[in-house]
Amino acid sequence: MGRGRGVGRAAGRQSQLPPYCVRCPWRREAGLPPTMGLELYLDLLSQPCRAVYIFAKKNSIPFELRTVDLRKGQHLSDAFAQISPLQKVPVLKDGDFTLTESVAILLYMTRKYKVPDHWYPQDLQARARVDEYLAWQHMALRRNCLRALWHKVMLPVFLGEPVSPEMLAATLAELDVTLQVLEDKFLQDKAFLAGPHVSLADLVAITELMHPVGAGCQVFEGRPKLAVWRQRVEAAVGEVLFQEAHEVILKAKHSQPADPTIKQKMMSRVLAMIQ
Amino acid sequence: MGLELYLDLLSASCRAVYIFAKKNGIPFDFQFVDLLKGHHHSKEYIEINPLRKLPSLRDGKFILSESVAILFYLCRKYSTPSHWYPPDLHTRARVDEFMAWQHTAIQLPMNKILWIKLLIPMITGEEVPAEKTEQMLAEVRNNLKLFEEKFLQDKMFITGDCISLADLVALVEMMQPMGGNHNIFLNNSKLADWRMRVELALGSGLFWEAHQRLMTLAEWDCSTLDPWVKERICNVLQKFK
Repeated sequence: MGRGRGVGRAAGRQSQLPPYCVRCPWRREAGLPPTMGLELYLDLLSQPCRAVYIFAKKNSIPFELRTVDLRKGQHLSDAFAQISPLQKVPVLKDGDFTLTESVAILLYMTRKYKVPDHWYPQDLQARARVDEYLAWQHMALRRNCLRALWHKVMLPVFLGEPVSPEMLAATLAELDVTLQVLEDKFLQDKAFLAGPHVSLADLVAITELMHPVGAGCQVFEGRPKLAVWRQRVEAAVGEVLFQEAHEVILKAKHSQPADPTIKQKMMSRVLAMIQ
Repeated sequence: MGLELYLDLLSASCRAVYIFAKKNGIPFDFQFVDLLKGHHHSKEYIEINPLRKLPSLRDGKFILSESVAILFYLCRKYSTPSHWYPPDLHTRARVDEFMAWQHTAIQLPMNKILWIKLLIPMITGEEVPAEKTEQMLAEVRNNLKLFEEKFLQDKMFITGDCISLADLVALVEMMQPMGGNHNIFLNNSKLADWRMRVELALGSGLFWEAHQRLMTLAEWDCSTLDPWVKERICNVLQKFK
């Protein structure tokens, strides 16, 4: 799953490899060759991480997967703070260059690896439609899908914090409104969100929607238009890759309760994230 | 019919689009959609943008919302100077990173300060509880710190020596609390210096013209506020309690 080139090569070939990155002396000590190419710091529990993962795999972009286990609080470790002081995933590292924000990471990979045009079309208006969705979603679908997962599953099951039925109902109602906007304003009668072909917009949207799906919300029930769109996006991405990327979120309801120390570290950040 | 921009300069996103278009000599018709009078809920405007948000762009039959998307569209269509959205892979990525981050990290909290300090007390007659205010201000301080350490660092502008879309968007948003007489640049000389540089790069005349409506917001007679809009605002207050 995403192990790039370079892992496990024989020590004897080290003299032919580029110099070790000064930040990773441990790689030399561990007998590992230096990192070449992209590193992606991900936890597939997170929606933006799934979009980045699927995009990289679908486009055969070579990368080393660095798993950052959010439920174990690994994003809060000092080691990860060295990678990214914002302490969030996903993070891309390309040599000395570090980048956060999934939209920026997707655009970076789009440009660097010259992926098929439909992901981020050259056409002025088609591209604007993708930009429009990618901007809108931060405060809209993203927020509502996150709240649905946390209010329905993660707060009670993982953090042991009960959520009132009123709060949950309000959150699900807000999600419902946003889903209507997704259908009426963005999808309309098109095959995909930004036009006739799958784009970054669809990838970001579908990975968001899998969050409430993972929480057990019947997002596509009673929404045949969205259900058909989902199937199209899955087919465009590849069903095997899609399932693989969503294995973790689909098991979210079976999360082990958080370690009390971790819970304490995470609590204020979680509350800020889902406000 | 040429380019139309649907704007109310009270909104930071609108100011970014307005300033960018003017600065680059992009001809457009200014369609004023008065937020204070609730005109974003009018039938006419809902046809332009059913989400009832500003800004919107109309270019012939093509309608576009979201200020970030509009700025990118204007850059490309009008071939604006490359420093606004530099072509270098890493530099452009930094602008993209900021444009993504700012929605929740800068724009939202800066707007909240304006609501807490001015609009909510003015419209509802009630103050937001001091604890919530302090919480909000702490979040803002923290995010400004991140802005300085991660995006600005020791450079003149976010991408280096030249102003870009990132500085424009950052500054118009950081100006938002000024409408409520809250100056986030006070006691922060690094940010204040950057603010001045951005203002000068844009042109002080244009900058202050764009901020006129915001700076006189406190003088607004809110008794003229549409009662339905007032009710919605009172509902917003509930979220802060």
